[in-house]
Amino acid sequence: MDSAAIIGVGITKIEANKVRETFADMVWEAVNKALSDAKMTIDDIDNVITTSNDFWDGRTISCMAVSDASGARHKNVSCVEGDGTFGAFYGLSRVFSGSYGTTLVTAHSKGSESVSSLITNAAFDPIYDRVLGMDMISASALQARAYMHRTGATPEQLAMVSVKNHGNAKYNPLSQLPMDITVEDVLASEMISDPLHKLDCSPVSDGCCAVIIANEKRASQYGGAPVWIKGVSFCSDSYFLGDREISKTASLTKAAKKAFSMAGILDPAAEIDVAEVYDAFTYQELMWLEAMGLSQDGKAGMNLEKGVYGLKGKLPVNPSGGLLSGHPVIAGGLIRIAEIVKQLRGEAAGYQVEGAKRGIAHGVNGLCGQSHCVWILDREK
Amino acid sequence: MTGIFDGVEPMVVRSRINVPYTWWAGETAGAFFTALRDEKKITGRKCAKCGKTYVPPRKVCPVCFEDGMEWVEVSTNGTLESFTIVRRQLASLPRKVPVVFGLIRLDGADTSVLHYVEAGDLGMIKIGMRLAAKFCDERNGSINDIECFFPA
Repeated sequence: MDSAAIIGVGITKIEANKVRETFADMVWEAVNKALSDAKMTIDDIDNVITTSNDFWDGRTISCMAVSDASGARHKNVSCVEGDGTFGAFYGLSRVFSGSYGTTLVTAHSKGSESVSSLITNAAFDPIYDRVLGMDMISASALQARAYMHRTGATPEQLAMVSVKNHGNAKYNPLSQLPMDITVEDVLASEMISDPLHKLDCSPVSDGCCAVIIANEKRASQYGGAPVWIKGVSFCSDSYFLGDREISKTASLTKAAKKAFSMAGILDPAAEIDVAEVYDAFTYQELMWLEAMGLSQDGKAGMNLEKGVYGLKGKLPVNPSGGLLSGHPVIAGGLIRIAEIVKQLRGEAAGYQVEGAKRGIAHGVNGLCGQSHCVWILDREK
Repeated sequence: MTGIFDGVEPMVVRSRINVPYTWWAGETAGAFFTALRDEKKITGRKCAKCGKTYVPPRKVCPVCFEDGMEWVEVSTNGTLESFTIVRRQLASLPRKVPVVFGLIRLDGADTSVLHYVEAGDLGMIKIGMRLAAKFCDERNGSINDIECFFPA
């Protein structure tokens, strides 16, 4: 793989309801933070990728509406509908094409402005099953139960993910839900869709993230601190839930294997120092870790109990607090990338993983993890 | 943003997007729903290459990327692969909670269908239990021609 780096990141504060900010205000803030982080101006940006979703934004061709705030006017701008990690993948491809030296990637959503249950219901097939009324939470609950049934993961182990991530969020000033909670609190919280309690679910959030990707030549030109992209891969599974073995995630396993191989990593659990994974629900953190080969299959819950994934553990997972502590859809995965960049630059302050040199960031698109995008980032070129 | 907006009620614009759609069901789903409506039969499509039977049926095998598929009838009985009992009245639900959604693998099929599971005692619902389809008396050619699946 050619060399490319992430040379600037910007994340807004993640909040339940940014009622005083429009979607464009959030993007403006994140883009300017990323530019200033990279010590660049908008004139140094060769092209722009925006990531958005028309249903969340409540407007069609939402990617074009956001282009003004992204500084894309009179530039080549293209868009991705889906998670920000996929937008970043496209942005990286454009850098590798040789046509652009730098790409600005943005991803935003304001969950507070609509009704997420109705929007995620519309992800189901309108001919065969949408009318039944499932949404993201109820579909994920089906997957959670299938996963727990197959692996023996317990409700207590799922709850521990919530306890850990909300606890980590206390050190992240951008996070929405820093909380001191116990396993008992999680299990006593409202049962939304059995087996998922309220505190097993990520909240509805508003937020935006911007990331700047540069080729090798441009990466060191502006005086910022590049973090190098060593491996990237994405892979998708069948659309219909009933076509998949939903207690497993074959597509993530495939994507992760390819990314690790690109990065020359032979033993991921030993060679990765920090992970930010797409924990939209507690069970997903465990399931994704296993699918990526960062844990043995069915053992992530036990590893968590032993403290392996804690801030001071052997492999800290979601030290930022993860999506459980704030989940702006679409921006969710791009924030995972930006958080790993902060970790590898040693700029994560209170939730810094000591000596982190190599990290993995992960994004998801589709119901129950249909599609996964995996990024391996490194402090060294 | 601080300062000038402190203590000021934020102005919000209320709106909704309301667009009617008329989707053609397609020849495959059309035939599936016709069999459901007129004959109370559940049909699938079997791939000649990999031998996998898809329910609900697909025109093309998504694994082999081949259109050599034949129609087969599958059982109206099956096994529960997973389920959730929805307790909160989520906005997407057309029924009052508790609503039980299940993934049901019908006998003769290699994929599972999503549908409602109904049981007198919710506590008896378990992965692996046997279920049977209950058809509605009045059917109009949709997935709701099946009322639910119940313990067989």
